Amino acid sequence: MEFLVATAVGMLTATGVYLLLRARSFPVVLGLALLSYAVNVFLFAAGRLAVDLPPVIRAGGDYTDPLPQALVLTAIVISFGMTAVVVVMAARAYVESGSDRVDDEPGGNGDGGDR
Amino acid sequence: MSLALIVMLPFVGAVLPALLGRAGSTASALAAFSVSLVAFVLLLSHAPAVFDGDVVQAGWVWLPGLGLNANLFLDGLGFLFAVLILGIGLLIIAYTRFYLPKRDSGSRFHAYLLLFQGAMLGIVLSDNVLLLLIFWELTSLSSFLLIGYSKHLPEARQGARMALAVTTAGGLSMIAGMLILGDIAGSFDLTVILQQRDQIHASPHYLPALLLILGGCFTKSAQFPFHFWLPHAMAAPTPVSAYLHSATMVKAGVFLLARLWPVLSGTDAWFYVVATTGLATMLIGAVVALFEDELKALLAFSTISHLGLVVMLFGFGTPLAAVAGVFHILNHATFKAALFMTAGIIDHEVGSRDIRQLGGLATLMPVTATLATLAAASMAGVPLLNGFLSKEMMLDAAARTQWAGQGWAVPLVATVAAMFSVAYSFRYLVHVFFVRRHERYAKRLKDPSAGLWLPPLVLVAIAVLIGLFPAALAGPLVATAAAAVVGGPLPEYELALWHGATPALAMSVFALAAGLFLLSRHARLREAWQAVPHPQAKPMFDAAIAGSVAFCRQVTADVHNGSLRRYLAFLVGSAVFIGDVGFFSGSHAAGVRETLPATPVAIVAWLLLVGCCTVVLVLQRQRVLALVSVGVIGLIVAFAFLYLSAPDLALTQIGVEVVTVVLMLLALNVLPKTTPAESGRVRGLRDATLAVLAGLGSGGAAWAVMTRDVETLSGYYLERALPEGGGANVVNVILVDFRGFDTFGEIIVLGIAALTVFALLDGAQRLFVRTARLEEALSPRARDRRPLMLAVVARIMLPLALVVAAYIFLRGHHAPGGGFVAGLIVAIALIMQYIAGGAAWAEQRLGPDHHVVIGAGVLVAAATGVGAWVVGHPFLTSAFGHVAVPLLGVVEFSSAMAFDAGVFLTVVGAVMLILATFGRIDRRDPQPAPAPTPPTPRLPDARRQEG
Repeated sequence: MEFLVATAVGMLTATGVYLLLRARSFPVVLGLALLSYAVNVFLFAAGRLAVDLPPVIRAGGDYTDPLPQALVLTAIVISFGMTAVVVVMAARAYVESGSDRVDDEPGGNGDGGDR
Repeated sequence: MSLALIVMLPFVGAVLPALLGRAGSTASALAAFSVSLVAFVLLLSHAPAVFDGDVVQAGWVWLPGLGLNANLFLDGLGFLFAVLILGIGLLIIAYTRFYLPKRDSGSRFHAYLLLFQGAMLGIVLSDNVLLLLIFWELTSLSSFLLIGYSKHLPEARQGARMALAVTTAGGLSMIAGMLILGDIAGSFDLTVILQQRDQIHASPHYLPALLLILGGCFTKSAQFPFHFWLPHAMAAPTPVSAYLHSATMVKAGVFLLARLWPVLSGTDAWFYVVATTGLATMLIGAVVALFEDELKALLAFSTISHLGLVVMLFGFGTPLAAVAGVFHILNHATFKAALFMTAGIIDHEVGSRDIRQLGGLATLMPVTATLATLAAASMAGVPLLNGFLSKEMMLDAAARTQWAGQGWAVPLVATVAAMFSVAYSFRYLVHVFFVRRHERYAKRLKDPSAGLWLPPLVLVAIAVLIGLFPAALAGPLVATAAAAVVGGPLPEYELALWHGATPALAMSVFALAAGLFLLSRHARLREAWQAVPHPQAKPMFDAAIAGSVAFCRQVTADVHNGSLRRYLAFLVGSAVFIGDVGFFSGSHAAGVRETLPATPVAIVAWLLLVGCCTVVLVLQRQRVLALVSVGVIGLIVAFAFLYLSAPDLALTQIGVEVVTVVLMLLALNVLPKTTPAESGRVRGLRDATLAVLAGLGSGGAAWAVMTRDVETLSGYYLERALPEGGGANVVNVILVDFRGFDTFGEIIVLGIAALTVFALLDGAQRLFVRTARLEEALSPRARDRRPLMLAVVARIMLPLALVVAAYIFLRGHHAPGGGFVAGLIVAIALIMQYIAGGAAWAEQRLGPDHHVVIGAGVLVAAATGVGAWVVGHPFLTSAFGHVAVPLLGVVEFSSAMAFDAGVFLTVVGAVMLILATFGRIDRRDPQPAPAPTPPTPRLPDARRQEG
C-alpha cells in the first residue's frame, strides 16, 4: 500500500510539474491543482497509513495520527481559494491582453536554453 | 518613569504642531516650544542626582528573547547631550518662528523637528544598544525629512538623499558592529557592556566590531572620507543646519565614541584609526573651509574640522584628552549654532550667502555683527572666549601625543589645522562684516527683529561667560560628563584661562598669527587653490549610485526576464537540487516499518490514477478533457483519504473537487478551449526531465517517510480531545480548538481570496463581454434553454442538501463533518440553483450579499475567540457543556461550535462569492435579459475552438 501511495505522489508531482511548465495559463492552473493534490497526499502520508482507524474517539480503539489530517483539511480548502485566484487572474489576463501565454516574451519559448 | 517621558514627549508632541497648521506659525511654534520646554524641565529635575554622580535608570523588558529591553539611563554624558539637544532645540524653535517665510506655518517643520529631537534624546538616553540603534536610524530618517524640507528644490532633495544614503549605510555597519559587541559582552545593555573592558579587548572579534561601529560613527559625524554629505545637507533651512549639523546629529557619532570609550579605547587599533581619522578630518575640513565662498558651506567644512578635532581627542585614548573632547563638544555647540544663526540672519535680510557679494555689514547690522564677531572669534580660539579654552586643551593633548613613535607629527598637523581654523573664522568675520563693498546693496539693510537675534545672543552670552569663568560655569557639567566617559576617576586638570607658558600656548599664539597672515594673502592663496584640481564628491557619489542602479537593473533584467516558465523551472530545479543534496549527503538505512498489504481495491484506484495522469499528459491540449481527468484524479484522492482512515478529508476533498471543477469550467467559458502546440522539442524534453526528477524526489521522500516509524504528537491530541475539547472527532477538535488560531487565519485567507476574485472581476464585465462576442463570432455556440429537469431537481434538492449540511455541521464535533464540509455542501447546493435557474433568478431569491456572509463568518469566529477573554482565558479557549433539549435529548453545546459556525459562514460566503461573480460575467448583456430567453450561464461544451 505504501508503495502505491508513494508512486501516486510521484506521479501526481511529475504530471503537475510538467503542466506547470507549459506556456499557456490553463495547463499551468491544472498543474497547480495536481501539485496541490500531491502535496496534500504527501502531508497526509506523513501521518503513516492506516486502514479503518479513523481518529474518532470510541471505546477501546486504535487511531491514526489526526494532526496531518487537520493540517491537510484546511490546506484543501485554502488551495481552492488559491486556484480560484489564479484561474480568475488567468481569465482576466486573457480578456485584457487577448493572449493566455504565461511568459512575457514573444514566442513563448526559447529562453533560458537548456539546463 | 520621567526618563521615558523625556524621550516620548517629543514623539507624541510632534502631533501638536502638525495639527495646529491652520492656527498659524505662532501657534505651531508655541506648541513645539512647550513640548520641548516640558521635556527640558523634566530633564533638569534630574540634574541634582546626576551632579551627585548617580545614574538615573528606568526600563521595561520588551523582547527579552532578543536581548532588546527598553532600558534608559541618564548619566553625566547623557545629561550633557540632552541639555544641548533640548536647550538648543528651544532656541531653534524660537528662531524658526521668525525665520520661515510668512506663507509657511511651520507646522510640518516643527513636527519633523520634534521627531528628530525625540530620536536624538533616545540615542543619548538609551541603555540598550539595540534600542539605541532604533533611535539612531530614526535620526537618519527625521534628518532626511528636515534636509529635504524645501522639497521643491532639487538640491534639497538630492542633499537629503545623499545624507540618508551615507548615514544609513553607516547605520547598517553599526548594527553589525553592535551585534558583535553585544555578543562578546553577553548582553545588549550598555551598563553591562561598559563593565566588560578586558573581555572585549581580548576578544578576537574586537577589531571587526570596532571597525563596524566606527563606520557608523564616522558617517554620522562626517569624518573623512565620509564627510562629503554634510556640505550638501546645507540645502536644509538654516535652523536645521544650526540644530542638526552643528549641535546635535553630527555629534551623535562623537557621542557614541564617548559612550563606548571605556571599553573600546586604549588599543593601538583604536588610536591609529580614530585619532588619525580625526586628525586628517580636522586638517582637510579646515583647509577646504578657507576656500568656500558660501557662508553655510564654510561653516559646514568648519564643522567637519571641529568634529575631527573631537574625534581625534577621543582617539588619543587618554582621560585628559577625553575631558578636552567633552569640553569642546559643549563649546562647539554654542558658538557654531550661533554662527549658523547669524548666517541665517544674513541670508534672511540680504538674500545672499555668497561671501563675494557681501561685505561692510558691520555698520548696517551692528547687532548681528557683534554676535558674529564673538562667535567667530571663539571658533578661531581667541582668548577670553570658550573656544580658546578647549582648543588650548586640544593642542596640549596633541603636544603630548606620539604618532608611530614620532612626537612632532600630531602637534604639527594640529597647529596647521588650528592656523587654517583661525583664517577661515576671521574670513567669515572680516569679508562679510568689515571689508567695504564697492557697490551698494539693492535694499536698505538693518538688523532683523529680536526674534532672530535673541537666540544667538543667548548662545554667544554662554560662550563668553564660559570663556571668562570656565571652572565656575562649565566645570561641574564637564566634570560629570567626562567622568561618565572615562568611567573612573578623572585626572588632575584645570579649566582656566592661564596655564602658564606651555607649549600649547605657543602653538595657539602661532596659529593665531599665522592664520591672520594666511587671511591677508587669501586672494593669492585662492588662485593657487583653484589651480589644483579637487575631487568633487557629488559627481563621484552620483556616479557610484548610477553605477549600482545600472548593475541592479541589469541583474534584475537578467533574472526577472518576464518568463514565468523559466522562474518555475528554476524553482522546481532548485527544490530538486536542494532535496538531493540533503538526501545524498547523509547515510540512510532502509525503512523497517511494516507496510500494509495492497488490496485489490487500492490497486484498481491506483491504476485509475495512473491512467488519468497519462490522459492529462497526452491529451492536455484538449482542455475540457484534461479538466475532467483532473476531476477524476481528485475523486480518487478523496477515495484514498476515505480508505486510509481520513473520512473528514474525504468529505472535504469531494466538496472542494466539485466547486473546483465548476470554477474551471467557468474559466474555460472565457479561455480558449484548446492549447496550441508550440513548445519545442528541447523545451519539452527539459520540462519532462524536471518533472520526472521532481516526481522521483517526492515519491521517494513519501516512501522514505512512510516506511519509517517516528514519535508523533498524535497521542497528545488523541488523549485530550474528549476531556479538554469536548469532541470525539479529533480532527475537528484540532481545527476548532487546539489549533483554532490557525483555522481563524485560514478562513481569513479564504475570505481575502474571494474578495480578490471579486476585485479582479468586478467592473471587468465589459471586457469579458467583448471577448465573448469575439469568440462567438469565430465559433457560434448552441444557446440551449436551461434544462427543465435540472432546474426541478436542483430546487427539490436544495432543502434536502440544507438538512444534510445542518446534520453534518452539528455532528462534526463527534463524527466526521464540521464547518468546512457543511459550508461546501451548502455552497454546492446554492450554486446548483445558479446553474439551474440562472444567476438573475438565483440572486433574486438569495437574500444576503456574499460579502456580508464572509464578514459575518470571520466576525463570529473572532467573537468566539474574544469571548474567552471575557471570562479570563486566552484567545479562543473553548468551553462546552451539555443541555437537555426536549425531543432531542441531551445535546452538547460548546463554544467551539460557534467558532465552527464562523468557519461555515466564511466557507459558504467565499465559495459563493467566487463562483457567482465568475458565473455572472458570462452574461452577454450587462443587464439581465427578460424571462423568456434569459442569458445562459450554462456549462460550456467541449467544442473545439477554431483558428
